Amino acid sequence: MLRYTLRRLLYGFLILLGVNLATFVLFFQVNTPDDMARLNIGGKRVTPELITKWKVERGYDRPMYWNDAAAGSERLTRTIFWERSVSLFALEFGRADSESAGDIGAEVRERMAVSLKLALPVFLLQLIASTAFALGLVFFRGTRIDFWGVVLCVVMLSISALFYIVVGQYLFARVLKLVPVSGYAGGLSAVKFLVLPVLLSLASRLGAEARLYRAMLLEEIGKDYVRTARAKGLSELRVLARHVLRNAMIPILTSAGGYLPYVFLGSLVFESFFGIPGLGSYVIDAIGGQDFAIVRTMVFLGSLLYILSYILVDLAYTWVDPRVRLN
Amino acid sequence: MRAWRGLGAFLAALPVLLLAAVFALSGCDNSPHPAGEAATNTFYSAFSERSPRHLDPVASYWNQDTPYTYGIYEPPYGYHYLKRPFELVPKVAEAVVEPVYLDKAGQRLPADAPGEQVAESVYDIRIKPGVLFQPHPAFAKDAQGRYAYHTDHALTAQQVGARRSPLDFEQQGTRELVAEDFVYGLKRHATTRVTTPVSGIFAEFIVGLRDYIGLIKREDAKLRAGLDPASLDRPFLDFRRWPLAGVSAPEKHLLRIRILGKYPQWKYWMAMPFVAPMPWEADAFYAQPGMARNGLSIDRWPVGTGPYMLVEYQQDRRHVLQRNPNFRVDTYPCEGMPGDREAGLLDDCGRRLPFIDRYVMAIEKEGTSVKAKFRQGFIDTPVIESSSTGLDYLVEAQDSEDIQREYQTKGFQLTKTADLSIWLLGFNMLDPVIGYGATAEEQERHRKLRQAISIALDWEEWNRIFPKRSGTTGMSPLPPGVFGSRQGTPEGLNPVTHRLVNGEVQRRSLAEAKQLMVEAGYPDGRDARSGQPLVLNYDYYAALTPGVKAECEWVIKQFAKLGIQLELRATDNNQFQDKVRKGKHQIFWSGWLADYPDAENFLFLLYGPNGKTRADGENTANYGVPAFDERFQRLKYLDDGPAKQALIDEMVAIVQRDAPWSFTYVPWGSGAVQPWVRNARIPILIKDHLKYYRLDSAQRVARQAEWNRPTLWPVGVGALLLALLGGAGWRAWRQRELATARPPRVAEPLIRERS
Repeated sequence: MLRYTLRRLLYGFLILLGVNLATFVLFFQVNTPDDMARLNIGGKRVTPELITKWKVERGYDRPMYWNDAAAGSERLTRTIFWERSVSLFALEFGRADSESAGDIGAEVRERMAVSLKLALPVFLLQLIASTAFALGLVFFRGTRIDFWGVVLCVVMLSISALFYIVVGQYLFARVLKLVPVSGYAGGLSAVKFLVLPVLLSLASRLGAEARLYRAMLLEEIGKDYVRTARAKGLSELRVLARHVLRNAMIPILTSAGGYLPYVFLGSLVFESFFGIPGLGSYVIDAIGGQDFAIVRTMVFLGSLLYILSYILVDLAYTWVDPRVRLN
Repeated sequence: MRAWRGLGAFLAALPVLLLAAVFALSGCDNSPHPAGEAATNTFYSAFSERSPRHLDPVASYWNQDTPYTYGIYEPPYGYHYLKRPFELVPKVAEAVVEPVYLDKAGQRLPADAPGEQVAESVYDIRIKPGVLFQPHPAFAKDAQGRYAYHTDHALTAQQVGARRSPLDFEQQGTRELVAEDFVYGLKRHATTRVTTPVSGIFAEFIVGLRDYIGLIKREDAKLRAGLDPASLDRPFLDFRRWPLAGVSAPEKHLLRIRILGKYPQWKYWMAMPFVAPMPWEADAFYAQPGMARNGLSIDRWPVGTGPYMLVEYQQDRRHVLQRNPNFRVDTYPCEGMPGDREAGLLDDCGRRLPFIDRYVMAIEKEGTSVKAKFRQGFIDTPVIESSSTGLDYLVEAQDSEDIQREYQTKGFQLTKTADLSIWLLGFNMLDPVIGYGATAEEQERHRKLRQAISIALDWEEWNRIFPKRSGTTGMSPLPPGVFGSRQGTPEGLNPVTHRLVNGEVQRRSLAEAKQLMVEAGYPDGRDARSGQPLVLNYDYYAALTPGVKAECEWVIKQFAKLGIQLELRATDNNQFQDKVRKGKHQIFWSGWLADYPDAENFLFLLYGPNGKTRADGENTANYGVPAFDERFQRLKYLDDGPAKQALIDEMVAIVQRDAPWSFTYVPWGSGAVQPWVRNARIPILIKDHLKYYRLDSAQRVARQAEWNRPTLWPVGVGALLLALLGGAGWRAWRQRELATARPPRVAEPLIRERS
């Protein structure tokens, strides 16, 4: 297990390296440091001197990958790639490109806490609601309840999250006037701003998740051990909850694990529409402002969290199913 | 069995409980503000994209910065809040002064001396005594009179610790504003610490500034020798060490600025934060290690003498301005324009400013959210610095009677007037097809081609089709409100594109445009010599959103009226700028928001030496003809008067004939303000309007309560339905659970009766 974990971590490191390099190359293929400077300085009276000054102060005046003017190892380290990309592996995120913006690390920490407040309830409620709904459908398999339940799932998954947001905001905030349209506040006041995005986020993913879980549970329901359990006289509820669900946990874990990074990284759409200052809206702002320093940090963090999530999910398999051996 | 029933009842009631809990927690309240806030003297607004770009007065050049920079800093002058045309009034200066003109020998010249004879203009500005800076730790001193947080007690990064705001420092202090603070502020245009967008133009006029910029660069290089240039911690650039010839303080409250030659527009720059005072203590304080890393800088936490000070800065989230307790005595104006008294704009005559205690600006990325909150009364004005927020609401009210009724009932103050900005569709004059042309004959043909296009572009139609992006049809490069502009008068019409018919301004006919096309050598949009269709490129500077696409397609259709095929080449702004610098653009869309109300600030966009491709200036059309350029040189020296008007008329006529731009439309400036806000005017050019606004909080509380009564019964119905559904589900579950494997049969009689 330890060897397996170490090997996965090593693979993860290599993947991170690749992602980092790809992000860097792609970004600078589209944007030159001059473009970034021009965008950050502004639209009026931008002179070449100002652009040069901006680049020097951020180290964007250096060569991309190889510095002929330097000596020794500095040929490699005194480059934009090394200073702005490799440093991420030491979790040194540095400062944002826009002039007044400060430390990215501090901003990430602060915003991650906000994203967690939205995404963690969504993640947990999602898991509970989707599993409960899927179990219900499986219980009524082959009946009209199952049929209409699946139809409901298909309808729900066919509707875009944006539609849920627009209708939800219109109905609950503008017509019924029960919650604010958007915004955020700290402490307990956050509840009133998070209620609607949490419920809508839940609704937007419920159909797809419940349908997926139902399919996984149905695969298990016809197996011999289920028949044995019933023959022992167990109630259907107990059969489903204790035996079928546990055996269907591996695919459910895989599916839920894919969402885990977003618990920390936040939701681009929901945070943006509801004015929640989490990491999702941070990324949107950075892309809009072509702030490479923030974009590369967020891509790096995203990759890192994905890799860690899937390692955790793999490790969790052994807990869910003791027959699984990681080697 | 009983336990199962209990569980069933619980599951059936769960949705109801859940909903009840959720809405009880949220308090059934749709206000985004804390309870009781509406009753306070706090003004709520929003910002749409991001935090201000810069709050450092030498760096800030964005409209979104202005509520903060104009609220916090006080340059020598400002504009009268109510009088039009715009009139300069003193702020921290004692008076708006006239410069003294000197010749090359240093001898004083009369006030009406020709501009060519003036070697130097000297502005001696007396600063009001007793003006105090806002409370700030940079001024804090210990019992011995030594600075508590810098210089005498320099801080280390560890001592700065986790402090992220100047308010996190225990001690605060203040001191009196002196002329040296202006000197220091102007010297900072040479700083290497932030980008200084107007340092180039200031260097053209302030005596010695160009050399000073070079000197500071060298001195900074010495200070930073061996240090990482990308490091956030940079040594203190103490500008007091290096004098600047053109700016001095001969007396404690006397500021002297020496300007090269005659430059009447300088007085307008003195109404902008670029000429705001900056205490050296603030620079010394923020230059300490650990400050920049925590976001502590002048660019985020400004220090000024204005009516407000920044007390909360959450990047891209929320900013709060609070009344500066040290603000000088300043009063609301008692004079205005005809109609201002009737409109209640003079009701506060003589009352002390500012009226409002706090301004809270929070991010709202979605336009629909801003609009919803404004309609609910939770935002007092959508975007406080914008001069175009009202048009959207006005158009909505025009389109729907219900909305119009709602807006009228609620009493929203929706106003519009011409803005001090322009939009233009430009032609690259260096382009071989649409530009000047190589020979005299070609020049004439190309001019006619541009004139034909200018006629065909029916901006009156645009104003009807795109009401949210509309205004009055442009006739010249000058919007109304600028001295010399004849926009909106019969004399001001563009004779190339319009004519006066029975006293009415009418666009010239398409037939005339087509005739010009024939004369240009493109009958029906085809080259008369080769028969090939004329294909031109429209280089657009942004990605095509649905709204922009519709506008671009409209432009393409206008060209098609002449048979010209217009190819749309939309790129992002960086790529567009790249094309422009290389002169590879052909037809483009652009605009300009005035820095100050002077024709020079618009006509310089057509001045040859400002060509974008040749000199990286602001003249994107690369227009430049000797007749225009020579007049522009003379214009710079002229004070407002008949001579200046005549010169402007000549320049406008040259541009109208050459048609390097189609003048599109002068956009509407518009405002949307709640009925409980008093003294609100559309913030055109005047950006220190925050101190003039007044709130009727009692009215706000009453209206918000009236407009936001929650409707609870659908929640009850929904919960009941969910409960019924849950109950039915539970019943079905139990039935299925208790069902036998086979359906029960009726026992057959053992002996059938024989029939």
